[in-house]
Amino acid sequence: MWTIYLNVVLQGVMTGLIYGLMALGLSVIFGVVRVVNFAHGEFAVVAMYAAFVLFKIYGLDPLIAMAPIALAFFAIGFILQMGLVNSFVGRAEHEQFILLVGLAIILINAVLMIFGPDAQPVNLPYAFDSYLIGPLIIDKVRVYAAIAAVAVSAGLFAFFRHTRTGTAIRACADNLVGAAVIGLNVKRLYALTFGLGLACVGAAGALMETIADAAPSLGPAYTLLAFTIVIVGGLGSMSGALVGGVLIGVSEALAGFLIAPSMKSMFSFALLIAVLVLRPQGLMGRRVA
Amino acid sequence: MLSVRDLDVYYGDAQALAGVSFDVAEGGIVAIVGANGAGKTSLIRTVAGMNRPTRGRIAFHGTDIAGWPSHRICNLGIGQVAEGRQVFPTLSVGENLDMGAMLPRAQGKRATQLERVFALFPILKERLRQTAGTLSGGEQQMLAIGRCLMGAPDLVMFDEPSLGLAPAIVKDVLRTIRELNREGLTCVLVEQNVALSLKLADRAYVLENGRVTLTGTGAELLEDDRVRQAYLGM
Repeated sequence: MWTIYLNVVLQGVMTGLIYGLMALGLSVIFGVVRVVNFAHGEFAVVAMYAAFVLFKIYGLDPLIAMAPIALAFFAIGFILQMGLVNSFVGRAEHEQFILLVGLAIILINAVLMIFGPDAQPVNLPYAFDSYLIGPLIIDKVRVYAAIAAVAVSAGLFAFFRHTRTGTAIRACADNLVGAAVIGLNVKRLYALTFGLGLACVGAAGALMETIADAAPSLGPAYTLLAFTIVIVGGLGSMSGALVGGVLIGVSEALAGFLIAPSMKSMFSFALLIAVLVLRPQGLMGRRVA
Repeated sequence: MLSVRDLDVYYGDAQALAGVSFDVAEGGIVAIVGANGAGKTSLIRTVAGMNRPTRGRIAFHGTDIAGWPSHRICNLGIGQVAEGRQVFPTLSVGENLDMGAMLPRAQGKRATQLERVFALFPILKERLRQTAGTLSGGEQQMLAIGRCLMGAPDLVMFDEPSLGLAPAIVKDVLRTIRELNREGLTCVLVEQNVALSLKLADRAYVLENGRVTLTGTGAELLEDDRVRQAYLGM
């Protein structure tokens, strides 16, 4: 009996790592630029459709398509921040909110116009293969996607920790006046950050397409999901986004198994409320003095 | 080297600077003194490109830089040690210094500048891996100065470098500024410690309510009755 639970939890962990990568993008953007990307889930859905199209036309496996999609999303994010969001930084929160919600509405309706409301699956040849390790049954697609998500996250961590540009972005998050004083080009670093955030969500969307079917209705759901994960993990904490992602992934999987798949979000939100009550700064967040 | 003419700066409707003019000669130390709220920090921030002037000219080596973004101004060689030190608290001392050398003009000089900073402040070498937030106030001020020097500036504007430091450390900091000046660095010093900064300066300006009301050599202003009464309590 316990092996079933183990399998469900393992499946939740793997899905959660992809969620975590998606939330990582939101967390990085908020942590540095101090703007909440309310179009985050919509961008994930656009990436899912991009993976779907690349598979349909070129037969490209989303695990490979992830790279060009992430690259394109980086460029989109960079241009978006340079051309539009930078002028909203430091303005009232409701103005930023309207800008990004507006963007979300445009994205999701563009997807609706082009692809219609129906779900678009990618049917990989190895979709139903799995590894059998003792009592564990591990889906091939899910484990590949999870490994890819971990690899992308690790790459981002390394970039922030070990490169000069990554350190400069951390410096902006640390002390904006200090960054301006020593002549860091803050607007450009913000654009890089937004680009990296969207690259995360682009990669996560492509990976998501291997385990879920692209549909416009997923947009707002994923925005909310990413937001929940980031709050549970701790706003602005990069490791928190991954931990939060895994927690939400596992809670969804267990709820889907024990109660009903349609009830799974209820448990994510219960977790969110519990964290807000017991540890408002999030699991890995720093307490703001 | 730096020549500021008729500078007006507004924050919304409030005028922070009204027709401010001053000059900084190459190799000199210029002190700008005045009470809290007189506009000293506004002046520095405007020269540094962090505030936009509504009127006036800021010429550096003959180029008008009024309204340029701060990263371009820094790259011309105008450095700033800001009020409150403004180090990056979660970054290590080494990373803080490294960030000072991100300017294109400092790219090839990283190693030599770092050596110079360590010679000036040996303590920073000892604390290289420590995060800046754990340093004492005096050490943070050294780090702020060191970080600024990493950008290989020709002119450095010091905004209240002695604020919040113990008297013994204040002397150290001002001695360092004089030493840097002797090595050829042009300095602008904004200080609430009027006596010390006038002693150091070869030219000084008194700022009151956003206007320059008095100017002269440091020694002249030290002897001026109005300065003695208003700022030195004599």
